Amino acid sequence: MGIKSINNRADRRLNSVLVMLSGGTALLLMLIVLFLLNESWPFLANGWGGGLWPNFFHSQGWYPLEGQFGMRPMILASLAVTLGAIVVALPVGLACAIFLEFYARASVAQGFRLLIHLLAGMPSVVFGLWGLTRLVPLIAGWQPPGASLLAAILVLSLMILPTIALTSASALSSVPRELIAGSMALGMRRKTQILNIVLPAARPGITSGALLATARALGETMAVLMVAGNVVQNPSGLFEPVRVLTANIALEMAYAMDNHRASLFASGLLLTLLVWLLSWFAHRVTRAGLEVHKHG
Amino acid sequence: MADRLFSWLVFGCSLLVVLCMVWVLGDVVIEGLAHFSWQFLFTVPEDAGRAGGIGPILVSTVWILVIALAVALPLGLGVAIWLSEFSPGNSRFGNTTGITLDILAGIPSIVYGLFGNAFFSIYLGLGFSLMSGGLTLACMILPVFVRTCETGLRAVNDDWRRGALALGLTRSAAIWHILLPAARPAIIAGLILGIGRATAETAALLFTSGYVDRMPESLLDSGRALAVHIYDLSMNVTGGDGAAYASALVLITLIITLNTFAQSFVNSWFRRRLVVS
Repeated sequence: MGIKSINNRADRRLNSVLVMLSGGTALLLMLIVLFLLNESWPFLANGWGGGLWPNFFHSQGWYPLEGQFGMRPMILASLAVTLGAIVVALPVGLACAIFLEFYARASVAQGFRLLIHLLAGMPSVVFGLWGLTRLVPLIAGWQPPGASLLAAILVLSLMILPTIALTSASALSSVPRELIAGSMALGMRRKTQILNIVLPAARPGITSGALLATARALGETMAVLMVAGNVVQNPSGLFEPVRVLTANIALEMAYAMDNHRASLFASGLLLTLLVWLLSWFAHRVTRAGLEVHKHG
Repeated sequence: MADRLFSWLVFGCSLLVVLCMVWVLGDVVIEGLAHFSWQFLFTVPEDAGRAGGIGPILVSTVWILVIALAVALPLGLGVAIWLSEFSPGNSRFGNTTGITLDILAGIPSIVYGLFGNAFFSIYLGLGFSLMSGGLTLACMILPVFVRTCETGLRAVNDDWRRGALALGLTRSAAIWHILLPAARPAIIAGLILGIGRATAETAALLFTSGYVDRMPESLLDSGRALAVHIYDLSMNVTGGDGAAYASALVLITLIITLNTFAQSFVNSWFRRRLVVS
């Protein structure tokens, strides 16, 4: 008899109650998708027949009150901000992870880890406040108007850095000791060890951490909303203000009606799909990595 | 030479992160303390928040938290118990539930806000209220809470389950008297992580619990959460930066205290487990 067998009435009753609760979570997900679809349906259906769909991606612009829903500038801005944040945060975060695992003394590493945890727990609205009152004036003094793609990238990269640093550090620490011992025995230098042996071995973990961080950057609203300037235009330079998809929802939801509202829900749906795609990739990369470890 | 350059690069990057962190935290503490007083915590905001305090806002924040936890705690605990204790090893339903939770955890918070607005505020007719804000946050923290509790329960040694079975306890009794107490620190940690996440949230509350900064009179009243207050002060109120920084200081102090508690609970728990088994 296994430890999971059920053979009396009290347990069976508890089991059925708990199964219902678990079904509740599946129901919640269905409810969320259903309501997003339902609310954005006028827009999606209308677009299919009425030629709104082409507008969705490439049209003149976003003039929702006149029925023009060209989201391309905002989609591009979202992608630009996310990509920029990853490009900044990945090397720095990786360096932090390497420092944590290979260079820092135990006490220093502990303090540093604590600091990164602190950074991870900071509310996004505080980063936004800091960016708005410190970073934006600083950039404005150099290249006005200040509230720009660059400010959004910098604030966002600071926000996703802890995710990258912590997941990379745990990936680095799970590299088999024999590999490091072997490379040491071959007389490799520290840098060669880390760059040529440890990093390739830890790559699946690092990749999945980076993908999760990308998903977080894409879904982040407040910090970007507060520093990016929120002008709807194609991102053409680092110092131009842009508006991302999430910020657009937060800004216009308060007064949106009918088709406009539906278009905002549609952009929420698009955002969710993108984030899921990224999480799915991260999941696959992790699993592939585990299998390599098992067979290799 | 290249070796030294590499290690300098590593040290430099780490130093940069530390400096940024100190800059952000230092700013919040210095600017916040300049505007902070004990009165600030209890008085009502005046002049759109430039003067006065954050009394009603703290009350709204606490109410939203209480509602979110009152819903997420029993639901999440139940799902976690089922996942770790009842779901058969490779059952389809168990796997589906796990995947569902992961998918839920990945949804951006602004989308939770959209859903909460469409479902709780409009479809269920709760309007812009503490109730719909709290329920939206409950959906948001549920996946994190379930996963933490489930990990804690799974980490309990199987010998304890066999021992309970040998003593003739039913599964329900074993869960209540042995497994839940054994996993209590993990449950508390999940709880506090959920609280931290819910307190920091802004985007999901913008169009569910609303902007009104009066003292809420019932749960169906609109109320402004602390994070929303910071956003509003810094974006929509010129000259509100001082009050915004003071509110940020309160918020960060709250979250850091909670996170520290969670961390120390988990640590002490693992230490004890090592001794026992």
